[in-house]
Amino acid sequence: MGFGALYLLACSGALVELYRLTCSSAPSQPSHGEARFLKIYLLTMTVLAWAAVLTGAYVVYPWYRAVPPPGTTDLALFPQRLLMSSPTTIGWHSLGMEWKEHVAWFAPISITMVAAVFIRYGQSLSNHRQLRAAVLGFATASFLAAGIAGFFGAMIDKAAPVQGGHAIQLTMGAEK
Amino acid sequence: MTNGSGAAAILSAGIGAFVLAVVALAADNSAALKSMLTFYKPTGPLSGVTTTSILVWLVTWAILEWRWAKKSVALGRVSILAFTLLALSFLLTFPPIADLF
Repeated sequence: MGFGALYLLACSGALVELYRLTCSSAPSQPSHGEARFLKIYLLTMTVLAWAAVLTGAYVVYPWYRAVPPPGTTDLALFPQRLLMSSPTTIGWHSLGMEWKEHVAWFAPISITMVAAVFIRYGQSLSNHRQLRAAVLGFATASFLAAGIAGFFGAMIDKAAPVQGGHAIQLTMGAEK
Repeated sequence: MTNGSGAAAILSAGIGAFVLAVVALAADNSAALKSMLTFYKPTGPLSGVTTTSILVWLVTWAILEWRWAKKSVALGRVSILAFTLLALSFLLTFPPIADLF
């Protein structure tokens, strides 16, 4: 969630800069320093986006979908089953998590493309209007995908916090 | 500099997202495929769906880059196709729409 939040914050900055390069009334060629800064910025975003989906899928998601042993009545440590156990919360799984677990991956795919194009073209991107527009469009899609995933992640965690089984506890308050 | 490299990156990203949506949909509707795509049991079929899609995306990107790197292509049409695929990907992963299939 930390990587995703950082990514969303970074996305807003990148969108403003890409919009300025693409849609301002007089699109200007970025200076060498500006282009270098934006390349590093987009590369950092790419790393954040991949870190967010990989940790989400391989660290947090296994906790979320853990199957309780037969006879378990307290589902507090089994978020997916806890959400599915009530008609008032099942939507967070069947709509929220089902969408989030797939749509989130569009963010790293899109921003990797954006970074690759910017690194490849650099200052000469100012000579390719359609390419700039497509890059801005994919950056916006990446922001949208990360926003959807972030929103549902936060809301699901409010309804059924992922605690991580018996060995790793992220929240201890309930046990004191 | 030609626009071929950029077009290859844009189209392959659209294809990668679309493949992810289609494979996820297929896995949701087939127990055999779901089992086949469970590369890492704790994560379930999501591990196979995403790994397969990422591989398809990267291979497609490499092939298009190889074919288009030194060419100028009709970027308008390529962009429309890529954005259509991306929009379909968002829709196909949205559960109320995915459940129609």
